[in-house]
Amino acid sequence: MINRRTLISLVTAATVLGSTGIAFAADKPYIAFICKGFQHQFWQAVKSGTEQAAKKFNVDVTFEGPDGEGAVDRQLDMLSAALAKHPAAIAIAAIDSQATVPLLQRAKDAGIKVIAFDSGVASDIPLTTASTDNLASAALAADKMAEKIGGEGKIAIVSFDQTSQTGIERRDGFVNQIKAKYPKIKIVDIQYGGGDHLQSAEITKTMLLAHPDLKGIFGTNEGAAIGVAIGKKEAHSNIVVIGYDSGAEQIADVKDGTIAGAITQNPVGIGFESVKAAVDAVNGKSLPKHIDTGFYWYDKTNIDDPKIAADLYN
Amino acid sequence: MNLVAEVDRQRILDRVKSSGAYHRLLAFSGLLVLMIGFSLASPNFLQTANVINILQATSVNGVLAVAATIVIISGGIDLSVGTLMTFCSVMAGVFLTYWGLPIFVGVPLAIVVGTCCGTVTGLLIAKLKIPPFIATLGMMLIYRGMSLAICAAKPIYFNSTPGFTDISTGTIVGAVIPEIPVPNGVLILFLVSMLVAFVLGRTILGRFIFAMGSNEEALRLSGVNSDQWKIAVYSLAGAVCGVAGILIASRINSAQPSIGQGYELDAIAAVVIGGTSLSGGRGTMLGTMIGALIISVVANGLRILSVPQEWQIVVTGTIIIVAVYTDILRHRATV
Repeated sequence: MINRRTLISLVTAATVLGSTGIAFAADKPYIAFICKGFQHQFWQAVKSGTEQAAKKFNVDVTFEGPDGEGAVDRQLDMLSAALAKHPAAIAIAAIDSQATVPLLQRAKDAGIKVIAFDSGVASDIPLTTASTDNLASAALAADKMAEKIGGEGKIAIVSFDQTSQTGIERRDGFVNQIKAKYPKIKIVDIQYGGGDHLQSAEITKTMLLAHPDLKGIFGTNEGAAIGVAIGKKEAHSNIVVIGYDSGAEQIADVKDGTIAGAITQNPVGIGFESVKAAVDAVNGKSLPKHIDTGFYWYDKTNIDDPKIAADLYN
Repeated sequence: MNLVAEVDRQRILDRVKSSGAYHRLLAFSGLLVLMIGFSLASPNFLQTANVINILQATSVNGVLAVAATIVIISGGIDLSVGTLMTFCSVMAGVFLTYWGLPIFVGVPLAIVVGTCCGTVTGLLIAKLKIPPFIATLGMMLIYRGMSLAICAAKPIYFNSTPGFTDISTGTIVGAVIPEIPVPNGVLILFLVSMLVAFVLGRTILGRFIFAMGSNEEALRLSGVNSDQWKIAVYSLAGAVCGVAGILIASRINSAQPSIGQGYELDAIAAVVIGGTSLSGGRGTMLGTMIGALIISVVANGLRILSVPQEWQIVVTGTIIIVAVYTDILRHRATV
């Protein structure tokens, strides 16, 4: 019995020691990326952007994020572990715009260059912020919605969360644009599905029952948009769905018309530009305060356009 | 002569094995092996700053694990520890930021809220006979919804309460010994675990918690009002969750209504790695602390080694299974 257990401990120890091989060469500059959530396809696309840039600029990059979006304290743990590795630069997509500030101050004091990506930090420590203009992109979604439903009628929003900067800005960008430009359009309901496909689908079906004359729904991220599309299909409805982000399922829905079209950010570009900015910062170059990584409207007609296709991820 | 010595040796070995000390020893040596492995693998691991990182990362999960330990020893389970923590941090936000109460009133009030919530859970389980798994699952969702509703789904910041962040991130130790600025959050974890260890080991409540976990029927038949003690168990766990709520809020200087889900699983993992049986009746605070440390050490160490995140999750899962398996082996050896 003891032997078996000793064996287990030895195997564990060997595994741990074996992983030493993963430790990287020390001569290249090292940049630590901390994102908001690890599993989402969006972050994987950002990650692939960082990997492309790492090759191009000959730097080492690691990319991490809490398992579930929203885990502010887990992100702080990741940030402090990254600091202990003495990176040349740290890039952060802060879940909470204030919570990371003390640790980022520590990084700055230690001479580590700090870059923000995707979401801003409420401080002037980050040398730059590489992100999508969520307000402007959601406003574009509102324009497209108005166009598709003919400028009047009832619409609704299925959002992914009500707490993150991104969630708030996408909702408000859309709502404000509708209020300002389309007085005949009424937003009758805003619900939050946690970015979960099924939950967003259920919300959609309930909305369709509650408002039989609903003309359109805006799904504010990948999970929300796919969920709205599922709800639309299950309820055999023909409302206009406007999506956000991409992913294999959403692309298929746009192609077959279930989703009228969607806004895509440029996640690969966010990753790439952040690495580039970090490298510039390490080399002592000055950076603009904000790097707009861009956004595009895509629908059936331009989905295969190479310029758009490059920003869509599966 | 030899025979006697052999019998003695065997007896001592049996006693060590059956006393749970054996598992703690095992968990502790596991922790040591991990730490030695990581420090050999990376010079950045065993630096003071990083060890403090690990301790700080343990503080919230450690306190939640204390709450989970109490409930699990009593033969129950509590899935609501994570979101109750969140709810208490939101209530702290209401007391301190919305109502402007001073810290020394608002903080204890938030812990009182945790205690009362625990009492409600205890009532559901003891009086309405709802199984703990279901009762706490329901409460988990209730706390989450209430948290979001109360702060209108926006984080509540504590900027108007100076000194609030010091509860978790300030350092009394560092003021005395500047070389080791251990954050107060770690100190609070230490105090809470000592206090609960005292309750478990030296008070009548502790004795009944263990008795309830081993054989509730026997406890009831010997004339003890087990319902009343069960309510006490969940109230105590609720109070501890309240402390966790204060800790996390003061660490991130805000009450975030959407956090806390999934934290109960980390807490339960720490308890199980520490050798507390999920079937109740046995377990120790020291074991739980070691379990919580193992989780943080693994997470931190793998990050320091830049192990891809996918594999970090796999390793954590493996460690939980290995830990529970060794516990089963021990149990089989003694029963």
